[in-house]
Amino acid sequence: MLRFLAHRALQSLIVLALMSFVVYALIGLMPGDPVDLMIGSNPRLTQEDAARLREVYGLDRPLLERYAAWAGDALAGDFGYSRGFARPVLEVIGPRLVNTAGLMLAAFVVALAIGIPLGIVAAARPGSATDGAVNLYCFLAISTPTFWLALILIMVFAVTLGWLPAGGTGTEGGFLETTRHLILPVATLALVEAGAFARYTRAAMVEAMRQDWVRTARAKGASLPRVLVRHALRNALIPVTTIVALSFGGLFSGALVTETMFAYPGMGKLIFDAVMGNDYNLALVGLLFATLLTLIGNLGADLAYVALDPRISFDAPEHER
Amino acid sequence: MNRALTRLAAAILLVLVTLSLAAPLLESALGHNPEEVDLSARFEAPSLSHPLGTDDLGRDVFLRLLYGGRVSLAVGVAAALAAASVGTLIGLLAGYFRGRLDALLMRLTDAVIALPLLPLLIILAAVDFSKLGLGALVQSESASLYRIVLIITLVGWTAVARLVRGTTLSLLNRDFVRAAFALGARAPRIMFVHILPNAVSPIIVATTLAVGNVILFESVLSFLGLGIQPPVPSWGNMLTNAQELIGTAPLLAVWPGLLILLTVASCNLLGDALQHALDPRARLKR
Repeated sequence: MLRFLAHRALQSLIVLALMSFVVYALIGLMPGDPVDLMIGSNPRLTQEDAARLREVYGLDRPLLERYAAWAGDALAGDFGYSRGFARPVLEVIGPRLVNTAGLMLAAFVVALAIGIPLGIVAAARPGSATDGAVNLYCFLAISTPTFWLALILIMVFAVTLGWLPAGGTGTEGGFLETTRHLILPVATLALVEAGAFARYTRAAMVEAMRQDWVRTARAKGASLPRVLVRHALRNALIPVTTIVALSFGGLFSGALVTETMFAYPGMGKLIFDAVMGNDYNLALVGLLFATLLTLIGNLGADLAYVALDPRISFDAPEHER
Repeated sequence: MNRALTRLAAAILLVLVTLSLAAPLLESALGHNPEEVDLSARFEAPSLSHPLGTDDLGRDVFLRLLYGGRVSLAVGVAAALAAASVGTLIGLLAGYFRGRLDALLMRLTDAVIALPLLPLLIILAAVDFSKLGLGALVQSESASLYRIVLIITLVGWTAVARLVRGTTLSLLNRDFVRAAFALGARAPRIMFVHILPNAVSPIIVATTLAVGNVILFESVLSFLGLGIQPPVPSWGNMLTNAQELIGTAPLLAVWPGLLILLTVASCNLLGDALQHALDPRARLKR
């Protein structure tokens, strides 16, 4: 078990390290560089000044050398300054991470609360009208552009009806205000994600309902609800848990759009604004954080799979996973 | 129920594709073009000459939707095909040569799958192509089109690569492939003549499903201002404009989104139906 964990963690670390290099290189390819921006804000800088500044900041050195310097600092805990906020990158990211975690957790819980029951109900009678309706909902949910759903929700509930705020966090207004501000973004994320959860739950439940021990339970006279929940669901939850953990990354991508739409100060909006505002350090570290979270989600999925299903052992051969 | 849905999806796609292809004809029939600005006719209600009314610059919404559809569908199909080609090649190589190459390519696939796609796409979309010595590409008229196809291909090949690798591994042990080996066929011949034709159906399913996803990614990137650049209309960038006008002209925000939803849902339904039709066992797999 420890070996397995260590192996996967090492793999994730390598991915993270590679990713940091790729993103570092990509950000170097974005239009302009920090010195261009200084020239923009201070027109009195001459060409010679610019060249000297590039030398001071090491921008004239080769990519690998610059990356090595950045990585060395990062490993020592120094991730540099955000240009837009004029504060250390980590200080900027901290509170945003908390906001995103709150949003994602709430959306996650709501999505599970909608998706899993829908999947169970649909699998109870495959081919029924209920199953068809759930199926249609799933397809619509996975096909809806998140930003458009957000736009429509804002239009209906904030602009036309005026029931809910269109954006922000409302932290000044206390708990009730904060909750009111969370309703629309959470609904956006959850409605989309619940479709995927319902689909996987249904598939896993249908598979479980076909097993001999479910038929045995039915034959012995157990009621359908009892069989669904006590016998089938317990087994169906194994694949569902994995999928749910894997969807962590997807939820993060969704959060980027949702946060931007609702002007919600979370990680997603931070990354987007940093990219758009040429805030290189912030964009780099923000994206690495996003990658780290996704990798942790994947690692969790692997662990959940092995931990929940006694039939799968840690020492199973690597291939065909 | 499901069969009716599949037919409906096919019909919707057919109508959308036909209308998009016929856009120039409808344009001459209606008597104006989608970029024609008419400030005296802003926010007009639907009428015979403007079937869906006009937008904030007096442009015909119906025609812009059709031209946007051309762009979105073209990007969807082009990027899905490009990604499928890359994925097929990688999957074939990994499955055929196995060993170190396989391990390397599959770890790469795992790594790309593990990445948060949207933030990565946003950074890729912001890259300045002239810094890569691709200045000519940036200058051309439809630069943003090529660019978005390219970046979506870069991250979109993983699913097909895994599928093709798996199929290749299982096909290598089949008699007809072993017979080809015995006859002295070389690697490219075995890969492309013997294995690839037998791996086509999962590739088709994955590509159909990918078209929908690509359209979603294209629309969100265009919406954020990083995809298709105005004045070329796309469903995504039409929504950028509509966002600022939700108080005045809410319908402008409804149409493009509805079309994205219909197109993507239709692609997903069709892909799902194809999967059932081509491989009944695959019903429960992802």
